[in-house]
Amino acid sequence: MKKNKPLIEIKNLHVSVDDGIKILNGINLTINYGEVHVIMGPNGSGKSTLANVLSGRPGYNVDDGEILFKGENIISLDPEIRARNGMFLAFQYPMELPGVRTWQFLKSSVDAIRLHNELPELKIKEFDKLLEEKKDIVEMNSELLKRSVNEGFSGGEKKRNEILQLSLLNPTFAMLDETDSGLDIDALQIVAKGVKSFHNNTNSVMLVTHYQRILNHLNPDYIHVLIDGQIVKSGNKSLSLELESKGYEWIRESISKES
Amino acid sequence: MNTNLPEQYTQDYKYLNNQIEKIQPKWLNEIRNKAFSNLSKIGFPTQRKGNEKWKYTNISKLAKSSFSFESEESPYIPNKNFITNDSDWTNLIFLNGKLLNNISNFQKADNNITISKFTDALKNPKTSQLIKTHLSKYSQVESDGFTSLNTAFINDGILINIHQDTHITKPIHISFISHSNETPTVSYPRILIIANKNSSSNIIESYIGDSKIDSFTNSVSEIVLDDSAKISHYRLLNESDNTYHIESSRVTLKRNSNFESNSFSRSSKLGRYDLKVNIEGENAYCNLSGLYLTSGNQHIDNFINIDHIKPKGTSRLNYKGILTEKSRAVFGGTVWVREGAIHTDSIQSDKNLLLSEEAEVDSKPALFIYADDVQCAHGATAGNIDAETIFYMRSRGIDLETASKLLINGFANEIINNVDIPELKQQLEKLFLESLPKYKLDF
Repeated sequence: MKKNKPLIEIKNLHVSVDDGIKILNGINLTINYGEVHVIMGPNGSGKSTLANVLSGRPGYNVDDGEILFKGENIISLDPEIRARNGMFLAFQYPMELPGVRTWQFLKSSVDAIRLHNELPELKIKEFDKLLEEKKDIVEMNSELLKRSVNEGFSGGEKKRNEILQLSLLNPTFAMLDETDSGLDIDALQIVAKGVKSFHNNTNSVMLVTHYQRILNHLNPDYIHVLIDGQIVKSGNKSLSLELESKGYEWIRESISKES
Repeated sequence: MNTNLPEQYTQDYKYLNNQIEKIQPKWLNEIRNKAFSNLSKIGFPTQRKGNEKWKYTNISKLAKSSFSFESEESPYIPNKNFITNDSDWTNLIFLNGKLLNNISNFQKADNNITISKFTDALKNPKTSQLIKTHLSKYSQVESDGFTSLNTAFINDGILINIHQDTHITKPIHISFISHSNETPTVSYPRILIIANKNSSSNIIESYIGDSKIDSFTNSVSEIVLDDSAKISHYRLLNESDNTYHIESSRVTLKRNSNFESNSFSRSSKLGRYDLKVNIEGENAYCNLSGLYLTSGNQHIDNFINIDHIKPKGTSRLNYKGILTEKSRAVFGGTVWVREGAIHTDSIQSDKNLLLSEEAEVDSKPALFIYADDVQCAHGATAGNIDAETIFYMRSRGIDLETASKLLINGFANEIINNVDIPELKQQLEKLFLESLPKYKLDF
């Protein structure tokens, strides 16, 4: 069965930006269907870059390595093609789209992905029904759907809008880039609830975070520590607790001792 | 002073004078004669140093060109369905400055409004007096050569007088069609609108055309809103790429009056809209919004002034531009708050989307405040579509072309959505949204 194969395999990934600065220095990571992986690490270690490169954000050069998604190397694919193939990135700072109604944006996304999968566009009624059901999961106010995307939304509303998109688009691989940052306890619970209701054994989650607290709501299978563009340590949930209390310095020290 | 005014204007002026001098009242002849001698003195404005009003718009080609004035009605029959065929509307259709009686549609049964050509209105003592009271009292003949030129040729103007306590819901639509195919032609649209106390109306002015060779539209309008009067004014500029369009509009607001202006500039070779609103009564309100979409080598100049003379006035100025290809736009927005105009509340903004590296915009918002206790803000932006924003949309499966279209439409819709007349809104959507070239932006 296809699903015995990994969903995503990252092999020896080296990434730099245009001024030649290297950000990722040989990432190896395999994520199987049904798993939740967490990427932690100090500021500037390359966590967000990893999520962005996987989603196809322009501005990065892949100097070496492969990204196999469902068995296919996707490095040359445009971001919209990756999205249609089942990738999703919840943004750390979701963009505002002045004059583009949230409803219209959501429907355009859902339809673009459906068309790619040879399904017809949803009729307005069908889409409204789907939206009604999904917006309740993240407790999104219907009024926001009539407004321009993220314009005038609070920080929490923007993040909930990201999770609403996750539920609507129902990808196979969801990356969440610091979605938990800046959220109060209630908003954090709503976001966690949204991710939990999305996640099952036919999809995977990669969560980039600084904080242990969201992990109390989700059940991560692996924690990876990214330092200077390399995964220097992987472990289970207990690693995140250790990081929370001890920081990253001890890991740096243990690496330098080894080398 | 040698103003190098093309000889044709003088010839046409003499010819027109011979025709109408004996028919027009003396006071009007005086206004016209004074305007023409003023024009001979000052000429057309040039880009010379210190002329801030024309700093970014070069009219030297227009100033040198010769245009003929058609004193007779042209036999050409234009397509009148530029906006709507709705027979409930008052449709006034002008061709090269001449009202086409046979295809215009005056609202006949309504006694609450007077719509009349100057030539007819001057025969009636009451309306003649009304014209005498207001005509050329607000427009700036002395300082503006184009206004002088228009004033010298006043003959085919139109008077719209909305009576006290009258509420006209169906739009009054005035279309000026310019059409020159063999001889470069000039027309001089002239409008006088009086909104009496506590009246309300919707007025659309559209400037359209299909000139195959150079033509010149030189329009002047004067609009007066008496106490508590309201006008929703729409303006559409969609002339041919061969037409120079110079338009000046002077609006006077009395106490508690309300002026909503929505200006849409789509096409012309060179289009200048000089709008000035004087707040001469307490507690008056104006909301001036505009959208311009330029392409090819077009040049669009919006020169907007709001003068707060009396206290408690509110003004909003919100213009947006989309520039493509090698086109150029100019926005000059100035708000004056005079001494004593306390409790003025004013916000102005001009935002531009530059969709080509060769397009250029010069945006100059300015505020001059001479009163205390006022609230004013202004700002201008110009930029391309943000690459991060496009990536956000693409990461949701939306392709580049659809994403840019959604963003550009969203940008334009903010202004188009102000339009309360469905037929007009539909036309504008067609003109502005559907005509946008498909952008394949490179990110």
